[in-house]
Amino acid sequence: MAKRRKSCVSYTKWGYIFLIPFFLVYIVFSLVPLVSVFYNSLFENFRSGLKQIGPNFIGLDNYKTLLSNGDLLTFAKNTIIVWIIGFIPQILLSLLLAAWFANTRLRIRAAGFFKGVIYMPNLIMASAFSMLFFTLFSDSGPINDLLIKMGILNEPFRFLSSVGGTRGLIALMNFLMWFGNTTILLMAGILGIDTSLFEAAEVDGASQLQIFRSITLPLLKPIFLYVLITSMIGGIQMFDVPQILTNGSGNPNSTSKTLIMYLNQHLYNKNYGMAGALSVLLFILTAILSLLVFFSISARRDDRRG
Amino acid sequence: MAAIKRNRRRIGIKRIIIHAILILITLLCLFPFYILIINSSRYHPDIQKGFSFVPGSAFLYNLKNLMNDPNLPVLRALRNSFIISASTALLSTYFSAMTAYAIHAYDFKAKKAIFTFILMIMMVPTQVSALGFFNLVRKMNLLNNFIPLIVPSIAAPVVFFFIKQYMENSLPMEIVEAARIDGAHEFRTFNTIVVPILKPAIAVQMIFTFTSSWNNYFIPNLILDDAKRKTLPILIAQLRSADFLKFDMGKVYMLITLSIFPVIIVYMFLSKSIIQGVAIGSVKG
Repeated sequence: MAKRRKSCVSYTKWGYIFLIPFFLVYIVFSLVPLVSVFYNSLFENFRSGLKQIGPNFIGLDNYKTLLSNGDLLTFAKNTIIVWIIGFIPQILLSLLLAAWFANTRLRIRAAGFFKGVIYMPNLIMASAFSMLFFTLFSDSGPINDLLIKMGILNEPFRFLSSVGGTRGLIALMNFLMWFGNTTILLMAGILGIDTSLFEAAEVDGASQLQIFRSITLPLLKPIFLYVLITSMIGGIQMFDVPQILTNGSGNPNSTSKTLIMYLNQHLYNKNYGMAGALSVLLFILTAILSLLVFFSISARRDDRRG
Repeated sequence: MAAIKRNRRRIGIKRIIIHAILILITLLCLFPFYILIINSSRYHPDIQKGFSFVPGSAFLYNLKNLMNDPNLPVLRALRNSFIISASTALLSTYFSAMTAYAIHAYDFKAKKAIFTFILMIMMVPTQVSALGFFNLVRKMNLLNNFIPLIVPSIAAPVVFFFIKQYMENSLPMEIVEAARIDGAHEFRTFNTIVVPILKPAIAVQMIFTFTSSWNNYFIPNLILDDAKRKTLPILIAQLRSADFLKFDMGKVYMLITLSIFPVIIVYMFLSKSIIQGVAIGSVKG
């Protein structure tokens, strides 16, 4: 330690110099905008017809309107429901796949290929993916055609006119886009567990299921938490898929409109006051979740060092 | 002996079932893309008639049709998307490496606090400051300009974090010190010695930043509305809001193909290192 300090001391200023680009850009393009969002949220500022009303200072009125008119709650509920029906199958399948991939006894063939395939949807343009699903699942699209030809349906199922169909499609896309990512994270977690623990359990005569339940799962908890919280943050950001699928309407009857679609709508209609208040609420929500991620990351970093 | 044999056979059966499930999942993942390729090679009337497992012969026809559509400036959008994504990938990785190097290689008072700060802002979504960002860009007179879509990527906490992790295992300070003894300037050391060592990490992050910029819809949609400046995701949204029934479906599928396949092709060659990158970036964190 002493040696390192000696050799670094005269270079200290370079540490700061190399940080300049990051902080300059961060302050200009992220921090200043974020602070101005807080400021904007306190003003009455919206478009009425062709006229822009405001900005007039109105304190916390935007927040009051936002929280009292019920839309926010509806869209928050939509977001949570769609996130949950995508996340539960995702975490279950990912856990199963991760356990298989990490188990050397099973000698899975072409594991690299399988991992490659399941991760691929994660890199696909969400808006294009959503447009693809829109065409595939449209009333006269290939999926309906296939289901009728196979005799499963008698007439086309109108996915985008049914609440469950629309929400289900959004959740299915989220599921397809993220289960590969989750599998890889969980697998790396399982591979990071000390193998002597598994061996000891086997010597003691534990079954595979017992080992999974009493060793793998408890030791995976930190990564589980990380996956859960980052997925929640991702869920709050859900936008491209439902926006393109429903053409921004969140139809049927706004049951698939998410929080960011709501924000986008305010921005688009130049309702800057309301957009500001909504942004602040979303910021607080994601900041709390981010802090949880931060603590889980730093706890693991300390673990590794200690 | 018999017990071991039985056990082996059980694992054998289990292996078969597991492989069957994996194949099924693979088919499920690839099926949408399969239909996409098939349908982008079929004529509109054929697509309307129903589903087919066999590709048609209209791939080039659809491509040409799409390129010549005056309402959808696809070639320009491809070019715009590429310029923005490639610049983002370069700037983001280079400056993130620089930031990571500052934290990794130097001892200074605020180091720990700064590192903590960057980790804390890592997960805050860009959407929550979008309103302020949009107003700022408007005041700077940079609407319909690529600069506000490229320059902010210099401050990319996630890329920074990944490269910092990589440095901890692969950048011995002895090399840097040797360069200093030889009298190299700090900036030169970074460019000629540190960056080449970081190449694998930078390459992986370049792919991630390129694709996330290529796929980005929310922010570009706020900034760009001039038809000549639009990117691919914006064109897709535009296509979605057009009267769908009047549309040539061959063209629709072709546009989706053009948006998706550049990424898939790059991915096919590099999937192994990308997947390793996913695991290193988040889990060992």
